[in-house]
Amino acid sequence: MRTGLIAQKLGMTRLFDDTGNHVPVTVLKVDGCQVVAARTDEKDGYTAVQLGVGAAKAGRASRAARGHFAKAKVEPKRRLAEFRVAADAVLEPGAEISVEHFAAGQYVDVSGTSIGKGFAGAMKRHNFSGLRASHGVSISHRAHGSTGHSQDPGKVFKGKKMAGHLGDASVTIQNLKVVSTDVDQGLLMISGAVPGPKGGYVLVKDAVKRAAPKDVPYPAALITEAAPEPEAPADTAAAPAEADAPADKPAETSEQQD
Amino acid sequence: MNTVQQIEADLVAKLVTERAVPEFSAGDTVRVNVKVVEGTRERVQAYEGVCIARKNAGLNSSFTVRKISYGEGVERVFPLHSPRIEGIEVIRHGRVRRAKLYYLRGRRGKAARIAERTTGRAMATVAGKGKGKKAKAAK
Repeated sequence: MRTGLIAQKLGMTRLFDDTGNHVPVTVLKVDGCQVVAARTDEKDGYTAVQLGVGAAKAGRASRAARGHFAKAKVEPKRRLAEFRVAADAVLEPGAEISVEHFAAGQYVDVSGTSIGKGFAGAMKRHNFSGLRASHGVSISHRAHGSTGHSQDPGKVFKGKKMAGHLGDASVTIQNLKVVSTDVDQGLLMISGAVPGPKGGYVLVKDAVKRAAPKDVPYPAALITEAAPEPEAPADTAAAPAEADAPADKPAETSEQQD
Repeated sequence: MNTVQQIEADLVAKLVTERAVPEFSAGDTVRVNVKVVEGTRERVQAYEGVCIARKNAGLNSSFTVRKISYGEGVERVFPLHSPRIEGIEVIRHGRVRRAKLYYLRGRRGKAARIAERTTGRAMATVAGKGKGKKAKAAK
């Protein structure tokens, strides 16, 4: 089990595949996704890597957070997340993961926080059909209707679908296809929609319900040439392309802020 | 321009170099050569009719072509830059005063005619099929 990565949702667009059919894609940006800490069996009782992404202002980070980042010798990050990994896939703190971590055609699971809708009625929240527009229905066209039976059982069952808070929940979409990756800009094109607003952070992992292709880099595709472990041939071939990626980084971040 | 807009602009530029889009607008008669797959074979099918609407939205641009097929009105919406379209030919420019010709839906035959436009924009783009239309366009 290898790590995933954290990406920022930039928005959706469409691409055309080889046969000319259009594919709706979500554009995700991986901007400086670095390992901030490693969890090991001996110390923590489980193995995982903690990744951080995005640039946070050092002055705004708490002193504790600054210390945590300083220990890994990385810039303060906007978003931190842990990924459980196998014992042989733990990465060194400071290593930066490239979008080549995922191969085109591979399936991934994407987790994020959905857009909050506030207090929503039963129609919007649970797809209830509501009441009729006419035939004597009075001022309750969007009501949920009956909530249960009469004196027996004499209560509304727990878990009854009713109005309430909708959205702003952790959502995972499984089995989304990676359409393509752009190493220079650090972009990941995922077929279909992913949870959350534009600018929100999502976690991208290998799909749990589909086997990953054989040629994906293990334990990870790293940006620095001095990768701790030499990896699969696909990864070494990509190494020259990765080398010039950091040079492009400042230019494109400024572009994104426009 | 944000990254997504940049991606779309780059893709449009690439698609336009692969297949140029002639200048045409609502009211023009166009022939759209569409690639269709029959079993394993792919062939080109022409769809000819009046363009009744254009949507200009970069990569998401589209146009609507209306024709009367076997006495039945048929409208097809094509993505302007779709690779499934082999080419677009402008057969005839029409003189219209609307951007969207949805009023044609309620008309048939003589009432649905559109006068030919022989001056103004894009006269050179007419494919020039028969009856001296090109000669007229050249004037």
